[in-house]
Amino acid sequence: MASPLFVRNEMLPSLPPPARESGVVKWLRENLFSSALNSVLTVLAGLAVLWLASFILPWLAHGVWNASSVAECREKVAASFGPDAAGPCWAVIRLRWNQFLFGLYPQAEYWRPTTAAALLMVSLSPVLYYGLRRAALNITVTMTVLLVLALIGLGTDWLHIAISVAIMLALAAVASVAPKRLLWLTLLFPFIAFFLIWGGPVWTAVGALAGFVIFAGVWFLAQKSVGVVVGAGIALVVASLWWTSLQGTVTGALATALPWGLPYVVSDNIGGFLLAFVIGITAISASLPIGVLLALGRRSDMPLIHSLSVGFIEFFRGVPLITVLFAANFLLLYFLPPRTNFDLILRVIIVVIIFASAYIAEVIRGGLAALPRGQYEAADALGLDYWQAQRLIIMPQALKISIPGIVSSFIGLFKDTTLVALVGLMDPLQGVTKIVRSDNAWKGIYWEPYIFVGGIFFIVCFSMSRYSMYLERKLKTDHR
Amino acid sequence: MKKSVFLGTVAAATLIAGMASATTLEDVKARGQLLCGSNTGLTGFGAPDASGNWTGLDVDVCRAVAAAVLGDSTKVKFVPLTGETRFTALQSGEVDVLIRNSTWTYSRDTDLKLDFVAVNYYDGQGFMVKKDLGVSSAKELDGATVCIQSGTTTELNLADFFKTNKISYTPVNVADDAEALRQFEAGACDAYTTDASGLAASRAGLSNPQDYVILPEIISKEPLGPAVRHGDSAWGDVVRWSYFTMLIAEEKGITKANVDEIVKAATDDTNYDPEVRRLLGVDGDMGKLMGVDAKWAYNIIKQVGNYGESFEANVGTNTPIGLARGLNALWTQGGLQYAPPLR
Repeated sequence: MASPLFVRNEMLPSLPPPARESGVVKWLRENLFSSALNSVLTVLAGLAVLWLASFILPWLAHGVWNASSVAECREKVAASFGPDAAGPCWAVIRLRWNQFLFGLYPQAEYWRPTTAAALLMVSLSPVLYYGLRRAALNITVTMTVLLVLALIGLGTDWLHIAISVAIMLALAAVASVAPKRLLWLTLLFPFIAFFLIWGGPVWTAVGALAGFVIFAGVWFLAQKSVGVVVGAGIALVVASLWWTSLQGTVTGALATALPWGLPYVVSDNIGGFLLAFVIGITAISASLPIGVLLALGRRSDMPLIHSLSVGFIEFFRGVPLITVLFAANFLLLYFLPPRTNFDLILRVIIVVIIFASAYIAEVIRGGLAALPRGQYEAADALGLDYWQAQRLIIMPQALKISIPGIVSSFIGLFKDTTLVALVGLMDPLQGVTKIVRSDNAWKGIYWEPYIFVGGIFFIVCFSMSRYSMYLERKLKTDHR
Repeated sequence: MKKSVFLGTVAAATLIAGMASATTLEDVKARGQLLCGSNTGLTGFGAPDASGNWTGLDVDVCRAVAAAVLGDSTKVKFVPLTGETRFTALQSGEVDVLIRNSTWTYSRDTDLKLDFVAVNYYDGQGFMVKKDLGVSSAKELDGATVCIQSGTTTELNLADFFKTNKISYTPVNVADDAEALRQFEAGACDAYTTDASGLAASRAGLSNPQDYVILPEIISKEPLGPAVRHGDSAWGDVVRWSYFTMLIAEEKGITKANVDEIVKAATDDTNYDPEVRRLLGVDGDMGKLMGVDAKWAYNIIKQVGNYGESFEANVGTNTPIGLARGLNALWTQGGLQYAPPLR
């Protein structure tokens, strides 16, 4: 006979939740059909999506990759999918992608901007992931592999591939031993990129670099006796003397003695995404430091600096970018001696930097304003001078607060580079598209270039946005 | 003190630089390159192709000028200019000559201080409609919607035309040619209007060209030609006669292919057509009068070809654009292209 006592000595397995409280059903009920109104909206939205998809998906499905003209594309679509079918003619991208990427850059020299792009990623790694060995190494190795594949794909000769790979492997070695040392590459990168993209004697880039070295050296020596700001002023004057009067003679002599260099590529041939990146990256990297100085200037107690900064910021924020671009194109030429050949891309880069700095300055001023007054007082109490306080206490916090704003400005700036088409530069969206359309074979192409260019812009801007989110998480030290 | 010395040096250098560049012709020779203001991309008139070589009717005139001045038609730098930047670029000296399908008008000639030295294409504004609209004349377009590029002279011409004919229309403003075509093809407008040369090129890009017709009316005069700065007549002469050389060559039947034979024949035979002898530098040195090489005309014809060759290669009936010579035929064939005598 069984004992009347019942002692459960094991737990019953828990039952699954009721069907309407779990899984997809629950998610649907809570998110899409939580009330009558929401259900109606969901159905309407779903119908709208289906309706749009019914146009776009068949169109996308009818893509043609192999054709030599729009007419041939249309014939192929008609032959495969019936006479009324329409489809994208991706053949135009397949045949003209190089112009979208490089503009009219000479085809034999494509390895130069490609290598510059790989070096750009490597030199960005210490900025984006400072001191992270794994990240630096990953980026360098990935870029080496990609670079080799790209160079082989572009049909580069083996000598250049070997040189590029050797450099990249050397950088990978640096990244694995001392990732922080890659910062030197970052400092040198503007000159390397300038030399790679424009070519000419190597001494031009070296000469420009020497000016910055002179600047840094004079500043370092002078700032101890006369202070940071005056020291920078003296250094700037000395460096300008080098750039304006001495550099030409010295580099000219060097170029005759040691004619090392690459074939010169004129600015007019630089177009497509190469142009967008040259303008975008230069403006982004130059506008941040200038913006910081302007923001500090605006909060300065010295009336002259304060009013100059306010005037500069408000003027350039108050004027549309297109106006500034036109001014760069026309006004500058009227002020310069007749028939001066002052490169249009350079002019555009300068005004875009000025324009972007004004925006960045205001974003950073927002960060500065958000810091509690106690932080400034704490810095004073520690006996730090102005620049030490800014460098060690104020700026790290202010910049951290400003990250979303700064990145959002950068994204806007990068997209604004397409506006340079208005002054006749070959931007990927309008400039190159117009050239492609002016070819008889591709007359009548409409969406394909826009989709292609838009896609690349999206990838770049989305990456920037994701990086900013990563950076915010990484730097988050409070309110966990 | 030091600053004023510096500024003085800058000012002096500026003045010297200004004085040193006396004429455009000397500038071009010193530079060894012609800076030619071109379109950013217009089918048949001026655009770079897939490998970056510029081709087109306007481009050939640039090349002719380079061949005349520098002896080499490849020594041209094409500076792409938009509609907004073109005249300022010429005035500020960014380009030596503007050959960018620009219409010669009174105000551009006077107020903008340009000199149009010739007309290398006589254009005019026309209409394109769908065939099934059943319209055979632009005057029947009463109440039609018309796609038009905003901010152009074509917009004003259109308004004038409909006003004079006392008919009404609804404009549909579009930004550029590609968008206009897209709208027109999608049925957003009954008619599309732009320069007749552009219409023909646009029609070729439509998916069913045979469904569209270009109406016979031409409602405006659009003489397109090369322009130079006011006040440098010597340079204007060089550009003008570089172009006229192409016309004379066509008139005399000299082509890229036979120019060498003709030079030989003209050298051997002193009774050969005297104008051809002068043109090709066989008899006397006509180039000296203009400050260019004696072989200037030979270089143009040898390297670029005559006007007819250029026309047929870029916009003629065998190209997808398929323009007939029409007004642009030589005067001997009932057109307007007429070069003064070379003597």
